[in-house]
Amino acid sequence: MKLIENNLEKHRYKFEKGGKLEKWAPLYRAADTIMFWTSERTKSAPHVRDALDLKRFMMMVIVALIPATVFGIYNIGYQHYVAMGESFSFIDALGFGLVKFLPIVIVSYAVGGFWEVLFAIIRKHDINEGFLVTGILFPLTLPATIPLWQVAVAISFGVVLGKEVFGGTGMNILNPALTARAFVFFAYPARISGDKVWTAVDMAKDKVVDGFSGATPLLVASNTPGGQSAIHNVTGTTYGDFSWINMFYGLIPGSIGETSTLAILIGALILIITGVGSWRIIVSVYAGGFLMAFLMNIFAGPQSTGMFTLPAHFHLVMGGFSFGAVFMATDPVSASQTYRGKWVYGFMIGALAILIRTVNPAYPEGMMLAILFMNIFSPLIDHYIIKANINRRLSRATQ
Amino acid sequence: MLEHYLSLFVKAVFVENILLAFFLGMCSFLAVSKRVETAVGLGMAVIFVLTITVPANWTISNFLLKDGAMAWLGFPEVDLSFLNFVTFIATIAAMVQLVEMVIDRFSPKLYAALGIFLPLIAVNCAILGSSLFMVEREYTVAESAVFGFGSGVGFFLAIVAMASIRTKIRYSNVPNGLKGLGITMLITGLMSMAFMIFSGIQL
Repeated sequence: MKLIENNLEKHRYKFEKGGKLEKWAPLYRAADTIMFWTSERTKSAPHVRDALDLKRFMMMVIVALIPATVFGIYNIGYQHYVAMGESFSFIDALGFGLVKFLPIVIVSYAVGGFWEVLFAIIRKHDINEGFLVTGILFPLTLPATIPLWQVAVAISFGVVLGKEVFGGTGMNILNPALTARAFVFFAYPARISGDKVWTAVDMAKDKVVDGFSGATPLLVASNTPGGQSAIHNVTGTTYGDFSWINMFYGLIPGSIGETSTLAILIGALILIITGVGSWRIIVSVYAGGFLMAFLMNIFAGPQSTGMFTLPAHFHLVMGGFSFGAVFMATDPVSASQTYRGKWVYGFMIGALAILIRTVNPAYPEGMMLAILFMNIFSPLIDHYIIKANINRRLSRATQ
Repeated sequence: MLEHYLSLFVKAVFVENILLAFFLGMCSFLAVSKRVETAVGLGMAVIFVLTITVPANWTISNFLLKDGAMAWLGFPEVDLSFLNFVTFIATIAAMVQLVEMVIDRFSPKLYAALGIFLPLIAVNCAILGSSLFMVEREYTVAESAVFGFGSGVGFFLAIVAMASIRTKIRYSNVPNGLKGLGITMLITGLMSMAFMIFSGIQL
């Protein structure tokens, strides 16, 4: 380490203002920050003495993502071997998952990182740690069978149009990872929806077991025709067991990181304890979703589609609800900034996601678009809450 | 019956948002969305004018312009629907003038708040677009009123959200070439992507 530090220090002058390699300063500073600590000092007030800078803040999110990621990798292998009807050990499943998952993450980091560095060098700002989170969040929302070129195109869209055109980390209006996913979702729907993409088997070549469907629990529920109860169809499928507790543990088909509510909740605990994620948002998303699903249950008539009859607690463990609530909705940049705004924002996300699941036949899942939709309206929520605060204080002052 | 009007309203506001699904009324949307307060003013004015002009145009279309509409005057074979555009624009301009005078007379406060936006609305394509949609979709008079009101609310929602976003990104480090209208166009695109959440809902 001493060697690297000495080398970095020896070449520092080249990257400083007027130096030969001034252009490449963002790369130098990034290496410096990753290996050691930034030598930046604040030059103007306010001088806050706190170890929690952007780097540690974002690293905390990565730490919180570890359980969901490891489980996701294992689940890729698990789903593959179960679909093939082969026996397997824990290591087999993990190994198979790694082979599928690593290329996606590498492409996501490499291509996204390329844009990040390009913008940093041309626009002379620093490479932000925020991208480390976007680069891992995005692959976790994808099915394991996604073609790598689509990952590359989508992360380019997410990083450039979702974030860099606004000036980089902290200035975007939409969650960049979700912007990228929405791009794949609308541009190449065949590879990210339906029942063939969630399990890593080659339908043409591999021989799968009888009764294999590959459908996610959400798809089964949303395909339930009117008059039948979704819960009966979900828990009674011939292939796989979608009981509540199984979906909570997460050995079900779905996007890589979203399946295990348990692993995600462990992440949520880390985020809440360290104060990185807003507990207000997480709690209110779950509350909004639960209440909306409950309301839908009341509205359900004898002929309404299956989703209406799905019990509220089932909704919370299916699809991307938990992943969105814990890791996507809590994005500190695109969420509401005021405390009361966070309650409204989170509640609306949960309610909208369930509403879309139930009433919109076009999408079995509504979480992604619900979060993007509320990202659009979060500045408006803040605006009116701040205005209300000002009015309240004014009336107090003039009394 | 109420349910039918309610679903028509929801459809006009969210599913087929006049601005973010059809991209009508972009000019005033881009120009008058710098501050939330002015955006609210323009949005209110658009709601007001749309709710009045769409049924008004419905009346004109159904009693004068449509094929066979003049039967009550004794000309059942006359078809004046080629005059739709001209007549609708004239009606809208006249209505806006009328509304302006009424507001000025009865609520000077609102008149001052709306200011220049009222006359501007006469050339807003969202207004003409709604009238044309009304003809194309063959609404009844009550439906056209609900549709006009819904379209207005949709416009209001979009422009107010846009104004708050533009307030938020005021200090963002946007690249020089994209400052102003460029980034606003990009935001509009991202907004309409988020509004895709409602596309596909059957009402």
